[in-house]
Amino acid sequence: MNNKLTASIAALACVMSTPAAAQGIDANQARYIAANCANCHGTTGKSSGAMPSLSGQSKVYLLEQMRAFRDGKRTATIMHQIAKGYTDAQIDAVAEHFSRQPK
Amino acid sequence: MNRQQFSRRDLLKLGAAGAAVSSLAACATMGGSKGKVVVIGGGYGGATAAKYTRLWSDGGIDVTMVEPEAAFVSCPLSNLVLGGSKTLADLTVPYTGLAKYGVRVVRDTATAVDTAKKQVRLASGATLDYDRLVVSPGVDFLWDNVRGMSAAAAEQIPHAWKAGPQTVLLRRQLEAMADGGVVVMSHPLAPYRCPPGPYERACQIAFYLKSRKPKSKLIMLDANPDYVSKKPLFSRVFAEDYKGIVEYRVNSAVSEVDVAGKTLVLELGDRIKGDVLNLIPPQRAANIARDAGLITANNRWCEVNWTTMESIKVPGVHVLGDATLSAPAMPKSGHMANQHGKAAAAAIVELLNGRTPMPPTMANTCYSFIDDRNAVHVASVHRWVPEKKTLEGVAGSVGISSQDRPSWALEGQYALGWAQTIWADMLA
Repeated sequence: MNNKLTASIAALACVMSTPAAAQGIDANQARYIAANCANCHGTTGKSSGAMPSLSGQSKVYLLEQMRAFRDGKRTATIMHQIAKGYTDAQIDAVAEHFSRQPK
Repeated sequence: MNRQQFSRRDLLKLGAAGAAVSSLAACATMGGSKGKVVVIGGGYGGATAAKYTRLWSDGGIDVTMVEPEAAFVSCPLSNLVLGGSKTLADLTVPYTGLAKYGVRVVRDTATAVDTAKKQVRLASGATLDYDRLVVSPGVDFLWDNVRGMSAAAAEQIPHAWKAGPQTVLLRRQLEAMADGGVVVMSHPLAPYRCPPGPYERACQIAFYLKSRKPKSKLIMLDANPDYVSKKPLFSRVFAEDYKGIVEYRVNSAVSEVDVAGKTLVLELGDRIKGDVLNLIPPQRAANIARDAGLITANNRWCEVNWTTMESIKVPGVHVLGDATLSAPAMPKSGHMANQHGKAAAAAIVELLNGRTPMPPTMANTCYSFIDDRNAVHVASVHRWVPEKKTLEGVAGSVGISSQDRPSWALEGQYALGWAQTIWADMLA
C-alpha cells in the first residue's frame, strides 16, 4: 500500500470516527460545547454576519472543515486557532449537534 | 395568538425551530419548576446565562433577570462611536427578545443580597427569592486610587469605559476640540476590563484626528511597562497609520488629576496637559459583588470554581464576566463573559436536576478596529485542567491576527458580524 493511500484511509477513518456518545460526550455536553461556537455562528448555528452558518450542514462536511482548519489545509483568519482548541471527541459532538439543527 | 390557543396542528405548522421556543413557553405554564434563578446584570454574561438557563432547562427553571437599563448597550464596538463610524444607537439592543424564552426581565437595581435567606433586595424595595443566584455586575472604579478623580469629575474627564452617556460625552469633547488640540488618554495597570480596548480606542481617536483634525495629536499614557495586548499589531498601526499623531508612553500611571487645569499628573510628578482628557481608572468587581461578600482576591475580584462559575466563598452564587479573578490568559471580555454565562447555565441546569456539572471549555475572540473598517483579533480556547483546578489556554489556539494587512479588511467584516451574532446569541 502506498503512502498516499494510507494517508487517505487514515483521513477517512478520522472523518468517520466513533460517534461522540461512545466517547463519553452526551447530548447535554454536546450542546454546551456547541454553544462555544454560538457567539460567532449563532445560537442554533445561524450566523447574523459574514461567518458561515453551521446549522443543517452535513456532519462529514463540518468534520472535514474543522480538520482542514486545524491542519492548515484551509486558510482562515481565526478558525486555524479555534480548531486546535478542541479534542476530536468534542469536534465530533459539535458537528453532530449542528448537523441536526434546522437549516 | 396567545399560548392557550396553540393547538397541536399549530405547533406542527411552526416547524422545528418555532416549536422549540413554543415548547419552552408551554413548559413554563405546566408547573413543576426545577427551581428559581435570579440573574443580576443584563450584560454579556448575565443575559446569556438567563437565556441559556431557560433554553437548556426546557423552560423548567424560572429565571428573573434584574437590570436597571431599558436596553443593552455594547461596550465592544463603542470605541467606534469615538472614531465616528458608529453611533450609540447602532450598539443598542432591547431586552424584549428574552421574553420568548420565558426570562422575566425586571427593570430595577439589585441593592443587596442576603445569602443566608437566598434573597435579593431591589431598589424599589421588592425582594426576589432564589435557589441559585447569578451575579454578572461588571466593574466599578477605584476612584480613590487617582487623587482628584470621582464620579462627578468624570462628567468633565470621561472614562467612557461603560458604554452609554460617557461614550457620547467623550465623542462630543473630541468634536468640540479645535484642530491642533491635544488629547490625553490614560489606562491603568492590568487587569482591567478589555485588555486591547485602550489601544483600539487610541486607534479610533487617532483615526478621527487624522481625517478631521490633522494638526492634533494623542498622547497615550499606559500605566503598564508594555502593550498589554496585540503588541505586534497595535505598535505597527501606531507607527504606520498614525505616525505623528499617536505618542505612546509606557510606565505612565496617573496618580492625580487637576480637573480645572485639564492636567494629568504621573506618579513621578510629570504634568501632562490636554484639551480633551480620557482617564480610564483602575477597576474592581462592581459594588453589588463587594456588598454580597463575593470579592476574595486583592479586594478587587471574585474567585470562582471554574466547573460551575460558583463563588469559592458563597455557595449557590455564581459570578460571571469582568468581576471574576480571571483564569490564566483569560481576558476580561464580553465574549468571555458570554462563555461564562453558558458555563454557569449548563452547571445550574445539571445541579438543579441532581446531576454532576460537566467540565467547562470556553473560547474567546476579541476584535479591535484600527480604523473604520479594518480589524485585528486575539483569540483562544480555554480547557479545564483538573489537576490544576483551572482553565488554561490550549496550545495552538492562543494567538493574534497575521501581519497580512489585506486580511484585516475581512476581519473587519467578521468583527461586525460577530457583534450582530453575539447580541442575538444573548438577547434574541
